[in-house]
Amino acid sequence: MHSSSSSPVPVYSAPRHPVAEADGVSKRFGATVALRSADIAVLPGEAHALVGRNGAGKSTLVGLLTGLLRPDAGVVRFGGEAAPAFGDTRAWRSRVACVHQRSTVLPGLTVTENLFLDRQSASALRPIRWRRLRARAAELLGEYGVDVDPALRARDLTVGQRQFVEIARALSSGARFVVLDEPTARLDARGIDLLFAKLRALRGQGVAFLYISHHLREVYDLCDTVTVLRDARRVVTAPVSGLGHRALVEAMTGDRPSAPGGRASRPAPPRDDDAPVLLSVEGLTLPGVCRDVSFTVRAGEAVGLAGSAASGNVRVGEAVAGLRKAAAGRIAVAGHPVRTGSVPDALAAGIGLVPEDRHAQGLIPARGVGEHVTLSAGKRLGPFGTVLPSRARALADRMIEELDIKVPGPATPIAALSGGNQQKVVVARALAAGPRVLVTIRPADGVDVRSKEFLLGRVRRVADEGRAVLVVSDELDDLRVCDRTLVMCHGRLVGAFGRGWRDRDVVAAMEGVPGASGPAEEPGADGEAADGVRH
Amino acid sequence: MVSGTELRPGPGAAAPRGPRAGELVARWRSLSLVPVLLLLGVIGFVVSPAFLTSDNLLGVAQQSTELGLLVLAEALVLIGGRMDLSLESTIGVAPVVAMWVVLPPDGGRFHGAGLLPGAFSVPVCLLVGALVGGLNAFLILGLRLNGFIVTLGALTTLRGLQIAVSKGQSIVDVPASFGYLGQARWLGAPAAVWLTGLLFLAGGSALTWFRHGRALYAIGGNSEAARAAGIRVDRVTCAVLVLAGVLAAFAGVLYTGHYGSVSANQGSGWIFQVFAATVIGGVGLDGGRGTLFGALTGVLTLQLVVDVMTLAGVPPLWNQFLNGVIIIVALVVSRFASGERQT
Repeated sequence: MHSSSSSPVPVYSAPRHPVAEADGVSKRFGATVALRSADIAVLPGEAHALVGRNGAGKSTLVGLLTGLLRPDAGVVRFGGEAAPAFGDTRAWRSRVACVHQRSTVLPGLTVTENLFLDRQSASALRPIRWRRLRARAAELLGEYGVDVDPALRARDLTVGQRQFVEIARALSSGARFVVLDEPTARLDARGIDLLFAKLRALRGQGVAFLYISHHLREVYDLCDTVTVLRDARRVVTAPVSGLGHRALVEAMTGDRPSAPGGRASRPAPPRDDDAPVLLSVEGLTLPGVCRDVSFTVRAGEAVGLAGSAASGNVRVGEAVAGLRKAAAGRIAVAGHPVRTGSVPDALAAGIGLVPEDRHAQGLIPARGVGEHVTLSAGKRLGPFGTVLPSRARALADRMIEELDIKVPGPATPIAALSGGNQQKVVVARALAAGPRVLVTIRPADGVDVRSKEFLLGRVRRVADEGRAVLVVSDELDDLRVCDRTLVMCHGRLVGAFGRGWRDRDVVAAMEGVPGASGPAEEPGADGEAADGVRH
Repeated sequence: MVSGTELRPGPGAAAPRGPRAGELVARWRSLSLVPVLLLLGVIGFVVSPAFLTSDNLLGVAQQSTELGLLVLAEALVLIGGRMDLSLESTIGVAPVVAMWVVLPPDGGRFHGAGLLPGAFSVPVCLLVGALVGGLNAFLILGLRLNGFIVTLGALTTLRGLQIAVSKGQSIVDVPASFGYLGQARWLGAPAAVWLTGLLFLAGGSALTWFRHGRALYAIGGNSEAARAAGIRVDRVTCAVLVLAGVLAAFAGVLYTGHYGSVSANQGSGWIFQVFAATVIGGVGLDGGRGTLFGALTGVLTLQLVVDVMTLAGVPPLWNQFLNGVIIIVALVVSRFASGERQT
């Protein structure tokens, strides 16, 4: 149906050469065909979106276009000329820059060094002029509203600031073609706005982008043209304006999607207001993060804890799960207090965690899927600290089945899985321990549309089974599965919403816009946090 | 509902050959030295009729016990994502301190303190090993110092302590109870061989069938993820460092019994062999990978090479050179046999 519906970019068939193009490129890894004779052409000044589900071949195409991979067939051209030889890094870098999905910022180096890595001075024999370089770094970051001392080490920056270092490095390289692979994954709404403003300005100067994102809304906001990959093939290239949201999702998945919002927007099940409180947080204070945060979650209820990157909502979620020690306050499960700062205690109390960053906190790359899902299962695997192989195997099989993890067998190393399946493994691990309270931090971060719908549906089901769920996220889609949504800003609860909130209200509350809080349900949800109104 | 393996659907996801091939590769890694061992056996058989005798093979086995225990200890530490260089000094200093505690101040060439009767020598020796491990653990986990440098410092310090206490001399008049385990023969084989085999078996079982053993792989693979999964990372790591010290001290007991004295340079320079045996046996230097069985085959490979070369009449002066060559060759072989990178 959609395949070969239109030749590459007929709309833009101007006489000029595409700034970057791939012509019939193919790539296979062992028995797996990662990309099958794909074409793409990015014109000067164009913002070209590349979308597709996990495993569709996006990363492979990016690898081929940035010189990290060598095509088995087909050619890559820049400005009409053949691409540099494979391995000639310097030549590649002058033609294409890339913001990679995984952070490539070196935490031990300063911001300045990270920004100008291997281009600190004009030539190898020219000494580095540090003072000028630092000034230039500060200026560069200032364009993104990032106000940090360029002599700081990158590890001391916030996640969002580090992402801007990554972005600024790519965008300042002078390349006329920039690949952005999920650049907004670690940014809050304001950061995204700043990034988009910068990208639009660069486009005005003729710089072209290949923009990869799971957030289709960003594609509509920013891009002119979209290319969809599915199952290692290009299925469609079309102007964004001519392709509706539904048609785009259809092209990505190859079939009809369910109604927008999926399970999330189905009618709320009748909720029992007298259900026992399973999780209660009272006066939680984390130094430098949050002050006096209190809320409760009842059995059968999913509560969202929204907030932008710096609001502290993630830290609160981690404190509930035992990853952080509280300076003051009380966390209790079904009335029994839980010692803070100890994951084993939290686990014993029945709190399960889906951590924020699955690569850093969730996965052990070389170990098998089965081992991951049984890692927190504790006594369920056998008496006296034993792990009975039959029980471990049975539990692993059950969790793999229950979360629909696509994997050849439980021994497959986690590193071989796609992002969506990896995230399912992390969720499976949290559920395998049979928690009464599930804390999920961005449960569908960086996964494809279909996996996202599945994961959020699964999270909702945990609540429907009579357990308590805390969804910590700044993603509106994540929050939509919740019965209530609490909003944090600058370390305080500033708003509470029931079901059926409007996007802009929640976003405004997260951004600290005064008077945006919904009908307050929570004590301590006063809408006027002292310092919540900056910007 | 459908049942069994058919339940995991997905087009192409469940390639029929997938699961077995994947699991085989993972297991193959720890077996990759077995062909090398068999090859060495064939060479030994061709080279000398004395090779395939029970005396010779049991001799090799006994030679392997002391190194083997250190490798067992180092393998556990490495799987947990740490390093312990001080093991080669612990094997020497623990018996010397034990001797100092139990031997009388008069009589013999070595003057001890005579604090406890001779029967306490083995427990004291193991206790010293535990203390060394505990000190390492405190410095690494408590003060968050770099483990490599801490244990490097401990290596030198403990070696120095051994020389100072023993005045640089071998201690020959060891109590009977201390020498027993290294000399005794049980059921026709040296007791040391039985004990080392049992310890490897126990360690292997713990890593496979016990939560704390499996936690070790998680800690070595990604300690932050292990912490988020509810594993008490520091506690387990500490226990492993202490255990490694105890194993090294026990290796000292066997070594002393085997040669009848605490030699002045007992264990000196062994740490290279220990690391070589562990890594060619498939234990990753960056943690979270490898099995104890693999580590054991690493030890046996190194010892068999020495044995075969001795029988073949290669002058002992070439031993060190050939030992180095075999380590590199074994690494290359296991790299290609398993198809895994070993960084």
